[in-house]
Amino acid sequence: MRGSEILERMADSRSEDVAVIGNTDLSAADPHNNTMTEEGVPLLKTMEISVSEAEKRTGKNAVSMQEVYTVYLIETRPVNTISEGLSAAPDSLWRRYSEFELLRNYLLVTFPYIVVPPLPEKRAEFVWHKLSADNMDPDFVERRRIGLENFLLRVASHSVLSKDKIFYLFLTQDDGWKDVVYDTGFQAKADSRLKALNATFRVKHPDKRYTELKHYSDELHSVISQLLRVRAKVADRLYGVYKVHGNYGRVFSEWSAIEREMGDGLQSAGHHMDAYAASVDDILEEEEHYADQLKEYLYYSEALRAVCRKHELIQYELEMAAQDLVSKKQQREELATGTVRTFSLKGMTSKLFGQETPEQREAKLKILEQQIVEGEELVKTSNAECDEYVRNAWVDIDRFKEQKNQDLKEALISYAVMQISMCKKGIQVWNNAKECFSKMSH
Amino acid sequence: MESESTSSSAPVNGNLAQTVDDLSKHMLELDEDDDLEVFSKDAMLTDASTFSASMPASPASMINQYKHEDQDIKDVFITVDCPENHVTSIETFVTYRVITKTTRSEFDSSEYEVRRRYQDFLWLKGKLEEAHPTLIINPLPEKFVMKGMMERFNDDFIETRRKALHKFVNRIADHPILSFNEDFKVFLTAQAWELASHKKQGPGLLSRMGETVRAVAASVRGVQNRPEEFTAMNDYVETFSQKMGMLDKIAQRIVKEQKEYLEGMKECGPVYTLWSGSEDQLVEPLKAIAGCIDNCCKVTEEQVAGLSENQVPILHEYVLCAETLKAVLRRRDNIQAEYESKVDALASKKAEKENLKEEIGRLEDKLECANSTLKVDWERWKRNMQADVRSAFVDMADTNMNYYEKCLAIWESFLTSQKTEVHVEKDTDS
Repeated sequence: MRGSEILERMADSRSEDVAVIGNTDLSAADPHNNTMTEEGVPLLKTMEISVSEAEKRTGKNAVSMQEVYTVYLIETRPVNTISEGLSAAPDSLWRRYSEFELLRNYLLVTFPYIVVPPLPEKRAEFVWHKLSADNMDPDFVERRRIGLENFLLRVASHSVLSKDKIFYLFLTQDDGWKDVVYDTGFQAKADSRLKALNATFRVKHPDKRYTELKHYSDELHSVISQLLRVRAKVADRLYGVYKVHGNYGRVFSEWSAIEREMGDGLQSAGHHMDAYAASVDDILEEEEHYADQLKEYLYYSEALRAVCRKHELIQYELEMAAQDLVSKKQQREELATGTVRTFSLKGMTSKLFGQETPEQREAKLKILEQQIVEGEELVKTSNAECDEYVRNAWVDIDRFKEQKNQDLKEALISYAVMQISMCKKGIQVWNNAKECFSKMSH
Repeated sequence: MESESTSSSAPVNGNLAQTVDDLSKHMLELDEDDDLEVFSKDAMLTDASTFSASMPASPASMINQYKHEDQDIKDVFITVDCPENHVTSIETFVTYRVITKTTRSEFDSSEYEVRRRYQDFLWLKGKLEEAHPTLIINPLPEKFVMKGMMERFNDDFIETRRKALHKFVNRIADHPILSFNEDFKVFLTAQAWELASHKKQGPGLLSRMGETVRAVAASVRGVQNRPEEFTAMNDYVETFSQKMGMLDKIAQRIVKEQKEYLEGMKECGPVYTLWSGSEDQLVEPLKAIAGCIDNCCKVTEEQVAGLSENQVPILHEYVLCAETLKAVLRRRDNIQAEYESKVDALASKKAEKENLKEEIGRLEDKLECANSTLKVDWERWKRNMQADVRSAFVDMADTNMNYYEKCLAIWESFLTSQKTEVHVEKDTDS
């Protein structure tokens, strides 16, 4: 393929036409797939998965030091046994957070065009003062358990990811899973991928859609961070308001001791004030769940950005290959016709120190021809890779967008439901308190 | 029921003695009307230590009088409003309009309008305390605000003060004894220059100093045999004062925390709006949430204002009231101490017996009167306190219920709007 055609091709790839014309069924074609389930059906349809418990363990770490860590119980059960009425006990195994991380890294490298579901946060972030930042804190562990289960369910319901053998083994193979993962050799790819994603490079003809998408992922990340920060502050202050009311309970009780007529009213009102103060704990625990939903999409935005960056990288490599080919062809032309069109040091030195012999020129030409053939092949494969990536990625991006819109809308609605519940509780408490206050004198 | 005023129009030394005389007259008149037992001085002389309610007559008759008075129809109506700034070359101050409407015969007219400044209210309170040392007079709002003098001219401060002053004069008007005080009448009716000249009258500096000296001496000496009920009152006031102080702090703290919560909430809405700018499908719900949060902020502002204006000042007033109660109990103690010192003097001295006896008799009357008025006024104060505290907390409950009800409506309307969206989408799909 000639250089100019490649450039045309690249110009074309900006338009909508090139992308997403292929089929979306990747199960057969994808060499990474070792399908363990029925074709076209995500794993979750045939298998029930849950992360049901968490436990503390102690053991020796890599540098033989004692450490305390938490493990999570993954339970799986084939769906058909349940529907058949056979109450089979679920299969189960314990995994710790680092193994989940390993699984996710493997998926990221193996499926670079997929927006891979994120894990729950490694360390507690956007914490308001009462919420513990300690990884060992039971509330944190509980929220992490839910987050890990959510991660597994998302992967298991993904049409592409759920078919991966390593994922299946993660759920079912107790011993030696780590070795299997490492054997895939994904680590090497992981390192180069990480390097590439962090490198700065400039794509000459960026795909507008991906550029917009990258900007969107940045905006989403920024706005959700802001929201989480503000929300944490508000939670802190709400906590303060409610808890101060607890003091009313105490003082009312003490005061009621010296009041004859008002004593009873004060005492019972005081109990309601205590109840009011205590109610904030449940309210904020529910709100933390909303924060977790936002956090998931905070981390999803990072995954989205990674997909865009990977696309940029592929595009860049294609451009480099194409550019290299163009320059090699130019060199061949110059060598063949003897004209020097571009300035080069070699050209200058040969002018100064004399031209090459025809034999030398012939040798050079031969090498160049070889390189050009290789280069053309490279451009062809790079192009194909780019096309395929664009196609596959855009399918998953569409899927992700729809999922995001649905999930976030549900999250907003559940936030409103929480507010309503809080208001109703408030009305009830103050109504009760008012009754007590009303009885205080006549 | 007649309404003889306890007049103190002429400048006389020893207001207390005068008051006792007036009240005695009062009681005697009552006794003639209602056939109650006559207060007998001689019967009191022998036993200075027991002053219980079961003792001869006069406390009971006082209580009866109070009860009758309480059932009277209110016949003095006062409003305090229209604060205005006055600027003179020396100072700037605020005056309040005081309008009085009354059917009482002591008043020449049925309606009065005057302008008074805070200092005038202070003066009135002082005169009332002088005339009735063991009556409980609810406190005035504080003279200075902690934060600084400029606060004096802040609108909210002036409004809070106006409300407190309005309450202050109305409580006096509702009081069966205080409302007939001559200084009170002058306060309500005199023009500015009349009031100024009236203020200049009254016991001279020397006599007031004498009063103070006697009071100090008495308080140093201390009370020997304080009746159980007054000790009980003292204990009550100690605890009451403490608890009120705490409630005042709690109420103010809640307002502070709620304000901070509001500040935080105000930042949320804009973030949701910002977010909506990046989205397409989610634009509508995000903007709707931002709107809800902004509306909730407005409701929260109303709630904070409600608590600050209604509940907090009442609790604060009763913190000051506790101090008033302590002062009243101290003054009662001082009267008893003075009486006791004279009794001791009688026991030790042989000469001047007659003079001492007479003085003791006078002091005994004074003490008796002080005790009985205090007891009755104590009950009246307690009733008022209970009513005030009840209303303050009922208001607080109402304010909070109102707040939650409004927020509930806001969020429910959001839910309804989102459900509609879902239905519309379904229609377009099919």
